[in-house]
Amino acid sequence: MTTTTPASAGTASDSSGAVLDFRDIDVRFGTEFGTVHAVKGVSLHVNPGEVVALVGESGSGKSVTSMTAMRLLPGNARINGVVTVAGTDISRIPEREMRRKRGKDIAMVFQEPMTALNPVLTIGTQLTEALELHGIATGKAAQSRAVELLEMVGIPEPHRRIKQYPHELSGGQRQRVVIAIALSCDPRVIIADEPTTALDVTVQADILDLLRSLKDKLNTGILLITHNMGVVADMADRVAVMFKGELVEEGTADEVLLNPQHDYTRVLLGSVPRLGAGRDQMGVNVPDTVRNEEADLAIDLQNLVIEYHRLGRPPFRAVDDVSFQVRQGEIVGLVGESGSGKSTIGRCALGLIPAASGEFRLLGEDLGQLKRSQLKALRRRIGVIFQDPAASLNPRMPIGECIAEPMVVHKVGDKKSRENKIYELLDAVQLPRAVYNRYPHEVSGGQRQRISIARALTLDPELLVADEPTSALDVSVQARVLRIFAELQAEYKFACLFISHDLSVVDLLAHQVVVLQQGKVVEAGLREQILHDPQQEYTQRLLAAAPVPDPREQRQRREQRHQLLRSFGDEVVELKVSGDRFHERSHHDTPPEDPDR
Amino acid sequence: MSPTPHDPDRPDQPPEPGTGREELSPFPGQADPGAPQQEHSQVISDKYSVEQEIDLSGRSFSQGQLVRRRFFRHRVAMASLVFLVLTTVLAFTSIGYGWIPGWWDKEFWLSATVVDGGRPTLEVFPPSPGEYPFGQENTGKDYFALTMRGTQRTLMVAFTVGILSTLIGTLIGAIAGYFRGWAEAFLMRTTDLFIVMPLLVLAAVLGKIAGGGIWPLSLMLSFVVWTGLARLVRGEVLSLREREFVTAAEAIGTSSWRIILKHILPNTMGTIIVSATLTIATTILLESSLSFLGFGVQPPDTSLGRLISDYQQSFTVRPWLFWWPGMFILLIALTVNFLGDGLRDAFDPRQSRSAD
Repeated sequence: MTTTTPASAGTASDSSGAVLDFRDIDVRFGTEFGTVHAVKGVSLHVNPGEVVALVGESGSGKSVTSMTAMRLLPGNARINGVVTVAGTDISRIPEREMRRKRGKDIAMVFQEPMTALNPVLTIGTQLTEALELHGIATGKAAQSRAVELLEMVGIPEPHRRIKQYPHELSGGQRQRVVIAIALSCDPRVIIADEPTTALDVTVQADILDLLRSLKDKLNTGILLITHNMGVVADMADRVAVMFKGELVEEGTADEVLLNPQHDYTRVLLGSVPRLGAGRDQMGVNVPDTVRNEEADLAIDLQNLVIEYHRLGRPPFRAVDDVSFQVRQGEIVGLVGESGSGKSTIGRCALGLIPAASGEFRLLGEDLGQLKRSQLKALRRRIGVIFQDPAASLNPRMPIGECIAEPMVVHKVGDKKSRENKIYELLDAVQLPRAVYNRYPHEVSGGQRQRISIARALTLDPELLVADEPTSALDVSVQARVLRIFAELQAEYKFACLFISHDLSVVDLLAHQVVVLQQGKVVEAGLREQILHDPQQEYTQRLLAAAPVPDPREQRQRREQRHQLLRSFGDEVVELKVSGDRFHERSHHDTPPEDPDR
Repeated sequence: MSPTPHDPDRPDQPPEPGTGREELSPFPGQADPGAPQQEHSQVISDKYSVEQEIDLSGRSFSQGQLVRRRFFRHRVAMASLVFLVLTTVLAFTSIGYGWIPGWWDKEFWLSATVVDGGRPTLEVFPPSPGEYPFGQENTGKDYFALTMRGTQRTLMVAFTVGILSTLIGTLIGAIAGYFRGWAEAFLMRTTDLFIVMPLLVLAAVLGKIAGGGIWPLSLMLSFVVWTGLARLVRGEVLSLREREFVTAAEAIGTSSWRIILKHILPNTMGTIIVSATLTIATTILLESSLSFLGFGVQPPDTSLGRLISDYQQSFTVRPWLFWWPGMFILLIALTVNFLGDGLRDAFDPRQSRSAD
């Protein structure tokens, strides 16, 4: 079964020893509005022990291409071309045989570890399921194998964890479990579909370390699907770039990332903000004005505490004793990983959640002391942009009405002047005026986010709260939104609380940076100081974990990060097994029974 | 969703609907204000942007229009709609309504001599209605006129209840779901109270109180059948109120009622409409059962259920007295149910059982 092909057998162009081989893959979907040509003739292969990154933005067909290898596309897909998995042409084999191949020859690591795991089954059950289905181990043997797998992916106390449910684990641990499940039957090739997109940067770096050691030690081929060029630089041996269903460029990671040939690849790489490159990238230019100490305070937090009440348990303290200020005309980046309380502070600034103690002064007014009508008047002076472009606009309202909503609510202007204001705003966010009567579902994510920006600026706010405004967008789209955002900030001079997990975006925009961890301020100060010369351990970890889209630089950064981790007394994540032993085991444990009972 | 290219060699062929080119100006060179605004200085970054040019050439489909499109393509639902409309038209034009006369010459309350044992004179081949197409009942009243009157009454009760109970259910569900807290606790426990009481018993008691008039009866029935919708709407509102556009509206300073009416309820329209149609179907059966039990419409007025109940003694000898009203109950209930199915598929194509 596991005929170990030497990793050196395949050069970039040779696909004879490939564990996964796509030939002229062409996929069309029949929909209500006609046929969508999702993949247009893609050829690609993955050799054992090799990571091939399939890169592209949304709609490029990268996920669809990979799904053809699992044969898990929906029923309205028409597939042409040949997919070979471990030497078998899977387009010809019956479903029964395909089921046997899934998990055993080809496995999958999904994007969202919470939804990839079944919340009502224990970790152990989900791990042993694959083993028992494929007849690799049953009963006690499967249990001990599951423990072993958890140990391999670096989950502490595997004996205890195996009886736990997914919600009892952290996001990173859940993703490790997903990887363990993928590994359970010793597959020849793993498809990792955006395996770290839903994770925090520090966790992402750990998971990438784990995947890297996996391919080194087990000689597994990995097809890594991602949109993050930093992840590509960190992981990939070879890179294939897809654009609108076509493969536009293919080559080694160094070739593609350092010397891109195709225009699209250049655009893509040019749109990635680079951490440490500071201001003036991608045409985003925020004037780095000398901090005006005299300016009025837009936000003044003194010892703010925010608690969420829980039934029958002590309240959860999401924000704990946080103090910082935002001055007029200044962009303050609020940085932290999930659970740091950064969005909670943003919601408190909008008056949506009350503070448990401490003082939150907004534009000179104390939020806690305001009456309803005063709060409404205050809200007129604040704009808001949310993260999810799909959810932040009412799908039943035409775009013009969405933008006009603040004026209607606060009874500003008449019909004519409102219309003029909307046209002015649409011009400002570079959308054609004709979208006035269109609906949000007719425009794409970045355009919707621009509409959100327009809506936030309708009443010329003094303060803008932007909660991860670009993290759901593709990089090239993000670049444009950031550009528009920076232009508008320079024009309207609003103060901005910019909440983000992406340090490079904050580096690009913010004047001040506040780093949060578990509801507490770790470090705060000027951008240059925090992002280029961090003093605190947590900030250093955060900065070291953010990958950059340059393979050589990323290799150095990885080494530096590992050194940093060791200096903090942490160990570097890796697969805790030697490759030979793993393969041997899975051989001996295979009972000679029908695996498809 | 890129538009499929329209065959340039066949300019006489209208572009297919949904291709996004239906309304392009057919005259070459004529400025089309809706045409995509191409900039001449297109830089590479625009060419390779995944951001699609907003397709302004095609018709704009609002969510409502998309739903309508899907609904009108649902064959079973369309057939049902035709049947329902025909039945309604037949019921109301044949014997007329109130002082408006119909084209049928017999009145449902007038007795006459029983001809041929009251047997139906309807002939399918050759098609001819004859004197008494649906036959006559015991006292010689024209059964066609009676059935039409019953259908009228049943339809009126069903639609009134459908609309009224939908209003009640939506209001209660929306308030409970949006405001949460004690309002939700109170309203939902009240709903539970209505749910645990057997529907038929409750309806019978209320029907008795209503005293047999169809309007009081409709009102009373509305008070018992709103519960399901209230729970459905509450569930929808609970999930919608956490969506970011609602939070955004709150952050702008929008009042709660405006958020409910303008932002939340339009997004629950699918659930509401589908549930309303299904309520109508349920009501038809409920009213029929009530009338059959004698708690519904009181004589001299009649309804389809009443007809069945009145002549249950005669079934063995004159089965048509059962078959005609029975068939109409079945027809209306089925068509309304199919309409509901079609609407559900239209509002949520993912649930559609027909292969796309």
